[in-house]
Amino acid sequence: MIKVAAAACAAFSLLVVGPAFAQEADAAKVERGKQVYQYWCATCHGAGIGANGVQYLPGTNALRAKYKGEKPALLEERTDLTPELVKFFVRNGVSIMPQFRKVEVDDADLDAIAAYLARNNK
Amino acid sequence: MPLPLPPNVSAARFKDALARFDEIVGSRWVFRSEEDVMLYRDGYSPLRDEPGELLPSAAVAPDTVEQVQRIVRVANEYKIPLFPISTGKNLGYGGSAPNLSGSVVVDLKRMNKVIEVDDRRHFAIVEPGVAYFDLYRHIQERKLKVWIDCPDPGWGSVIGNSLDHGVGYTYGAYRDHFHSHSGMEVVLPNGEVMRTGMGALPGSKTWGEYRYGYGPYVDGLFSQGNFGIVTKMGFWLLPEPEAYISGTVFAPRRQDLIPLVDIVNYLEHLGVIGMPNYGSPMAPMLRDQAVREAVNRPGITEAELDKIAQDRNTPSWQVELQFYGEREAIRANWQAAQNRVKAAIPGATFKLNHEFRFPMTEPEKEAVPHKVALGIPNMAIFSIGARSELNPNPTDGHLWFASIIPKSGEAIFEAQKVYADAARQIGVPPVFSPFSTPATWMYRTFIFISGLPVSRSNIEENKKNRALFSKFIEAAAAAGYGEYRAPPAFQDEVARAYSFNNHALRRFSETLKDAIDPNGIFAPGRGGIWPKHLREKRS
Repeated sequence: MIKVAAAACAAFSLLVVGPAFAQEADAAKVERGKQVYQYWCATCHGAGIGANGVQYLPGTNALRAKYKGEKPALLEERTDLTPELVKFFVRNGVSIMPQFRKVEVDDADLDAIAAYLARNNK
Repeated sequence: MPLPLPPNVSAARFKDALARFDEIVGSRWVFRSEEDVMLYRDGYSPLRDEPGELLPSAAVAPDTVEQVQRIVRVANEYKIPLFPISTGKNLGYGGSAPNLSGSVVVDLKRMNKVIEVDDRRHFAIVEPGVAYFDLYRHIQERKLKVWIDCPDPGWGSVIGNSLDHGVGYTYGAYRDHFHSHSGMEVVLPNGEVMRTGMGALPGSKTWGEYRYGYGPYVDGLFSQGNFGIVTKMGFWLLPEPEAYISGTVFAPRRQDLIPLVDIVNYLEHLGVIGMPNYGSPMAPMLRDQAVREAVNRPGITEAELDKIAQDRNTPSWQVELQFYGEREAIRANWQAAQNRVKAAIPGATFKLNHEFRFPMTEPEKEAVPHKVALGIPNMAIFSIGARSELNPNPTDGHLWFASIIPKSGEAIFEAQKVYADAARQIGVPPVFSPFSTPATWMYRTFIFISGLPVSRSNIEENKKNRALFSKFIEAAAAAGYGEYRAPPAFQDEVARAYSFNNHALRRFSETLKDAIDPNGIFAPGRGGIWPKHLREKRS
């Protein structure tokens, strides 16, 4: 009887705590993604100024020229990115951006970057 | 695309070797699947998707020198070639791919400790996985009063850049990153660890400061070569100066470049200025096709080039002078430099660009237009070839053709003609124009450099640019120039040009190679040096 009660309690806890725990896990992943993004990505895709005479960093400048205001030039401000798209570009590169090895960005960190950049796509 | 096997190693033997690597570093750090290993292909390969593309068979990522030693011993046992990379970001010069397909990449990125930074004696000791960003951050977080000298891409390895003779942007000797190193720890091809310089003396207190120690100086063998895997290095650092001034000198006429270079050489070789940055105010006008065609016409005279510049009321040349040190002293030096130029070049004009004092606040640093001049690592260089308003058709990378020419105005004029003629000979528009200026990273020479584009999808374009690269190597050698660094696809050609006395230098390196690395397992082909059993592979 005690066992049954304990099991019922556990199930109840999961029902109540589960989603909250999942939300916390998601928040932690997004926060980790932000940190990894700052280290590996923001140096080209961030908001700083670029080389002599260039107003934007290279990645931001490239996306600004590509989308001409239709989409934000800053990846962190995009609302249309999917995790799959982010992962594709990190592992394949594009134009002068090379691919990233797993010693640099492992799969867990890649999931985190993807979660961070896709956080506004709801 | 199937992954290559190491040459002359069966799939079964290779599988056994990978299992041994698993035991050393853990299977998480042995990369063997196509998905994982292809991440090591050169992102800027000029041979992409062609049969000759240089691809590894696997990668292994140790995080201690002991693990590196054990990997080397296993590689010897199985005769598997190893190709060490530090952070793997040598883009334009090979990236993270090996010289020989089928090599196992030894990825040292996880060896990322900053072992020591001393801001009173001004040196650092680091591991190969330490990027310029990492060392800079380490210094800033501790508010240490030293600067690093960094190359354009801040994600490069301090050690890796130095070992490929990489360069930076502040004062002469510091800009030559191999020259500014002091002491190494190296895993030799037999798995033994050696320390050089003062590091060879147990208990030494000056490893990062006195580079020679005692006896023959062997450190050069471990740069652009294949005699060891470097696991630690010391580097001299700059003390943070009180102040900085940047000023630009403009010279009106074409021939003014000759006395201008002489004066700048005088200032630089006396230690009065840091890196001078040459340019031509005419360069932006070459975006106009009519102007470009006019100045690139074969046989155009100096007088005609002067007239083109004068008609546009534009000086032919400019050079940025940079001063570091005590504020009063550098202000006086900037004035003295102007006086010297005025006396030699009629009509020269001057502009003060910036005057900074240190330490700077973060917003002040962010506003600096050329951050590497102040030892602040960044990635702004990746605007080269990238999409922009002026460049709607981005490239997929570039091959750096970088030749060493003498440090004189006459040599600049000669090199402009040498490379323009070379391009014309194979029916390509000149890459270098009569207003092209050299890079000045090297303390005592100029570098004529151009990034020839590479494509991920257009093999024919890649073939054309490979042909141009080879033509440039040939033309350079005929003119008495050589390259200081090259992508793997061209390292044999570059090494071949250094041919005095029937390639005595290369034969000496090969003699050493056969003695030190008899199984030929370390980076076969790197620097044009092949082990005995693979020498026929030399292109």
